[in-house]
This record gives sequence, structure tokens and C-alpha cells, in this order.
Amino acid sequence: MKILVTVKRVPDPEQKVKIKDNALDLSGMNFVVNPFDEYAVEAALRLTEKAGTTERLGEVVVLGVGPKDMTQQIRSCLAMGADRAILIEGNDDDLDSEQVARVVTAVYEQEKPDLVLMGKQTVDGDNNQVPQLVAGYLKLPQATFACSLDLAADQKSLLAAREIDGGTENKRVPLPAVASVDLRIVLPQSVKNNVTDASHAYPEGPRYASLKGIMKAKRKPLEQKSAADLGIKDLAPRVQPGPGDEARRATPAPSRYQSGVCGRANAEAHRRSEGLLGLTPNVNAFTVPAPRSAHERGDKHGQRSIGRGAQRR
Amino acid sequence: MRNELDFLQVEDMIGDEERMIRDSVRAFVKEQALPTLVEHYRRGTFPRSLIQPMAELGLFGPTLADYGGAGVSELAYGLIMQELERGDSGLRSFCSVQSSLVIYPIHRFGSEQQRQRWLPSLIAGEAVGCFGLTEPDFGSNPAGMRTRARRVADGYVLDGTKRWITNGSIADVAVVFARNDEGEIQGFVVDTQTPGLTRREMSGKLSLRASATGELIFDECYLPDSALLPKGDGLKAALSCLNQARFGIAFGVVGAALACFDEALDYAKTRVQFGQPIAGFQLVQQELVESYNAIVQAQLLSLRLAELKGRGQASPVAISLAKRNNVAMALDVARRARDILGANGIVDDYGAMRHMCNLESVKTYEGTHNIHTLIVGQALTGIAAFSA
Repeated sequence: MKILVTVKRVPDPEQKVKIKDNALDLSGMNFVVNPFDEYAVEAALRLTEKAGTTERLGEVVVLGVGPKDMTQQIRSCLAMGADRAILIEGNDDDLDSEQVARVVTAVYEQEKPDLVLMGKQTVDGDNNQVPQLVAGYLKLPQATFACSLDLAADQKSLLAAREIDGGTENKRVPLPAVASVDLRIVLPQSVKNNVTDASHAYPEGPRYASLKGIMKAKRKPLEQKSAADLGIKDLAPRVQPGPGDEARRATPAPSRYQSGVCGRANAEAHRRSEGLLGLTPNVNAFTVPAPRSAHERGDKHGQRSIGRGAQRR
Repeated sequence: MRNELDFLQVEDMIGDEERMIRDSVRAFVKEQALPTLVEHYRRGTFPRSLIQPMAELGLFGPTLADYGGAGVSELAYGLIMQELERGDSGLRSFCSVQSSLVIYPIHRFGSEQQRQRWLPSLIAGEAVGCFGLTEPDFGSNPAGMRTRARRVADGYVLDGTKRWITNGSIADVAVVFARNDEGEIQGFVVDTQTPGLTRREMSGKLSLRASATGELIFDECYLPDSALLPKGDGLKAALSCLNQARFGIAFGVVGAALACFDEALDYAKTRVQFGQPIAGFQLVQQELVESYNAIVQAQLLSLRLAELKGRGQASPVAISLAKRNNVAMALDVARRARDILGANGIVDDYGAMRHMCNLESVKTYEGTHNIHTLIVGQALTGIAAFSA
């Protein structure tokens, strides 16, 4: 089983963004792995391991498109446990969905993985186009917005539960296929591979890179290539914003099914909306919700009660 | 501290690998540990549920390259301590003891049998260790200890009491120091299930409440010869362990200070009085600047110390200087932060007062502030001001 996982770097969502010339000012910005891509790495690792052992049942290849110093984010995926990585060099500003999809398609042709696993979207542009485009170009079956994945024992197909308006849709796709993952893929029992005990519960969320994983990551292969190496002329954007694009942005009318979970940009915000998702920290001896500062809770500093009343926590 | 506030670009002094380690521990502490910690702090209990996740991260004995350790640098070790103490000094204390005061001496001074018996399980978090040096009547002056190791056929019999022992009540193994028949101090590796050893949890603490502090009482406790730490030269061995731990503390308290400072800065910028954020008042700005200034100095001091330690050149005096400076700095920053937070600063929705109370212990343990003053004083003048 070989899984190609795509990874993009995005400005740290916890950082204050700066706007310059009607665009994000990326200089001096902290970058992190796009959270949904991090979930895809976690899902790929769960599919290719026997939990509780160090046994690997397959290979996870991380594919990144971005500038040279994106190796930092790629190494962090290797530190989580991915086996090797490929970085196709390109500028953050240039990457549009079409170009990235072409790159993924070309790498697919070289690597021939059994599964392409992607985050459903990146939290910078929120385009949500690349997985669908890749599946289209490769004429592969697709399962987007997967909130659970179940690999068949014969490894020939994948049962995906897809987040759709109003619920989930179960879909079995033959492999090779393209799947994109949604937030709930990192719940404790969202990924099954028919090797790890079905009752096994993972800690919620993508795994933390262990010290050993980080030490090993620097010795794992990281291949750096240019788009030209893949037979792609350049990565200049194919879609250019036209005059007045800014002014045309408007809030879409709410969907009939909009729950407040679907369609929001910030994956971290999703992950912390434990009230909606029923998520609780997993290593917690007490049932204490995830930490939120008073600020996030919207408390007015001056109006706080300092009693031990039920309204606290 | 956020990047844009890193005016001296201290971040550049940290390598990629160390940064990744730091960030991984930071994320763990923030997302997994802190919510649990605050609740445990309230109840005065140690969060045992965090031991296994910390072991899986590789936080116990991380500088060892064998017996299951990850083999990270001294700087990485320091940064791990910083991130743990950003959460709570109790959590950092647990790891300091496990790594610097138990795994380190068993690895450095232990027999192969002791290493095989304890190191893999301590590193994997299956066993918890503690370090028994301090006694009820001998804190700053450990050389005066009364615990005896009487020689008998094939072993020793220990009698005496060790107090203020972090992890003491929950430990599976204790590294204990006692005076032998010749009056020399010797180290022992003791399974805490050994008959004759009883343990008591100490209660009533107003500091390090999320840490298990205990008392070890040895009453005719027989230990075989194999329990002796063979390679250690008595008190010197004990002090070399403390050097490891103090190095970690010099880094750790920077984490506590950063937690307090970040909280106070956020608060000052959003708390409005007299029609403006209190961060706009000169008195508050001064508090913030003094805190920031002191933190950056402490960061640079500890980074330099890590560099020296990596080269094997960090002298005990240099470590004393850093422990002394940085703990006092952190306590000061915590008090200023608590002050800026006003009434909100006294509730545990905010971390400042918890850190402040913890740091009172950190100032006292591992060589009190005053003792470190006298160690540095002795080094400067050549005159010991504290010898018995």
C-alpha cells in the first residue's frame, strides 16, 4: 500500500495577518502545515501501520509544492512518521489550484500510488478544488470530504464516509483513488485498516511528532524537484484576479443545512468546536473542555465572577 | 513570545531540529496537558494520565542515545523544559526528576544490571523515579544528612527519613543517598516496594500543587549489595545530578515567565479602564517592558549555557548563576503579570498566580536562591560563606 499525501504550507492561523496591497503580506510570517493536510498525513499513517507496534504496512510519501524553505513543514510530516518526501519548488503566491493539480497529477504518474490523500482544502485560499481536479485529470474515482476511511482487507477498495449537507454519505471507491479528508478524520476511530484492532482508539487529532521521529526525520529522503522536471513549463498562476474582484466578494446566502461546522475556513476553529462535535481531550482524567482563554470565551474581564459557581468551566 | 516581538531574533539561535522539538512539546502542553493540569492543581493531585503521552513523545531521558532515548541536544532538553514549565512547574518538575535525577545517575553511575533493570522502563514511562537527598533537617546542607547505610552481610540496612521528595509518593524507584559506617555518603538505587521503606504524600502545599511531593521513611530497610550505585563518588554524584536538573530549571522558568508575560500583555491590550486599554498607561507599559527585558536576558543566558553544556564546559558556578538569575526573573515576571491582571489575576482562569506560587518552590528547591548567591560569591572571592 503506497499513499501519496499532498501538503501545502499556510500562514500560521494563530498569527495576526498583515494586509499589504490588497493581499496577504507573507513576509516575516510564520508558516505551518495546512491543518487539513496534517489530518491527511495522520490518516495515511493510520492506514499504513499496526497501532501499538512500530510495524509499517505501507509507504507514505509526502508531496509538497512551495518554496525551498518549505522543507521545514515537510520535515515535520516526516517527523510524524511519513517515509519520504518530494518537494516541487514554487512560490506561495503563484500556486493556484490548476497548477497544483497538474503537479500532483504528474507526480502520481511517476509514483503510481494506491491512494492520493489530500486535505479537503487549504486554510489560506479555501479553494477546495485540487482533489477534484486531480481525480478528474487522472480519471480516478474520488471521495471528497471524508470523515472516515475503512480500507478493505484485500486493500482493493476504500469505504469512505463523506461529510455532505445534512449528514454523511457512505461511498466505496476502488483503488487507486483520490480522497480528501475533513476534520473528523482525526477522531479516535475514524480510520480503519483491518490490521489495527477495530476497537483501537487513537488520541484525537494529528499525532505530535515525537523526539525520536524528529531525530529520524532528518535522515529520511527528501527529493527536491522543479516543475520542469515533471514536464510542466512553469508554475505561473493560470487564474489572475481581475479588477474589482475585491468588491465582488460577498457573503453567500446561508445553506438550508448550514450547521456552523461546514464551510468555515479555519480548521483549528473546527477542531476546537468540541461542543458541536462532541470532542473531548483524550488524555484527560477529568472532563475538562479544551483550554480557551477568557478572551475567546468572550468574557468581559470586568464582569467575571470569581465565585466557584456552576457557570465556570 | 510571538515572532514579531522577538526583537533580538533569539529564534535564530535555535536550530531547525530543536525548534521542531520545542514546537511539538509546546503543542502537546497547550492542547493536552494544560486543561488537565489546572484541574489537578486545584485538587492538589499529580496528573498521572500525562505520563504515558509524555513518554510517547520521548520526554524522559531524551539526551540519552541508548536504552530507548532519542539522543537530543542539551539545547533541545532545555527547550523541552521551557515548554513543560510554560504549562506548569509541577509538570516540568516531574520530568526534571525523572530525567536528570533518576535516569541520569542510573545511566552515569549505575551498574549494567541497574541500567537494564530501570532505564528502559523509566524512559518508556512504565516506571516513575524519585531522588532522595533532602532530609527534614538537612536541606541546603545535604552533607549533614542523618540517613545511615549500615553494612551487613551481603548488603546494607538503611535508616532515616527523606523529605520534600518530588514524585516520592508515586515513584517505583528511588535514587537515595545515605551515610555509610565510614561516614561517607553513598548512592543507592531502591525499588520502592522494598520492605522497610514506607512513603507518605505531603499535603498542605500552596505551591506545586500538581506535583506529588512525598516523604521516604527507611526503617531497617535491607538492600542487597547490588543496590549500591557503584560508580558514584557520594555527594559529588548527587551534586552532578543537581547540575543537570538546575540546567533544566534555568530554561524551564523562562517558559513560566513567557506564559505569564503573554497573558499579561494580551490582557493589558484588551482590558479597558478610563476609556482606553490599560496597556496605554505608562505604569503598565513599564511593567511590561521590565518583564520583557528580563525575559530576553534570561533567554540569552540560558542559550549561552546550553552552548557551553553541549561542549561539556558548563561549570557548576555558571549553572548556579543561571538558575539563580532566571528563577528570580520568572518570579518577578509572574508577580508583575498577576498585578497587571488585577482581580482576574487571582483566579485560575489565568495562569499567572499559579505560576507565581509554583515559582516560590522553584526558587527554593535545587539550591535556594541564597545558596546559589553564596556559590557564586565563593567563586568570586575564593571565600566560602556557608561551610559548616
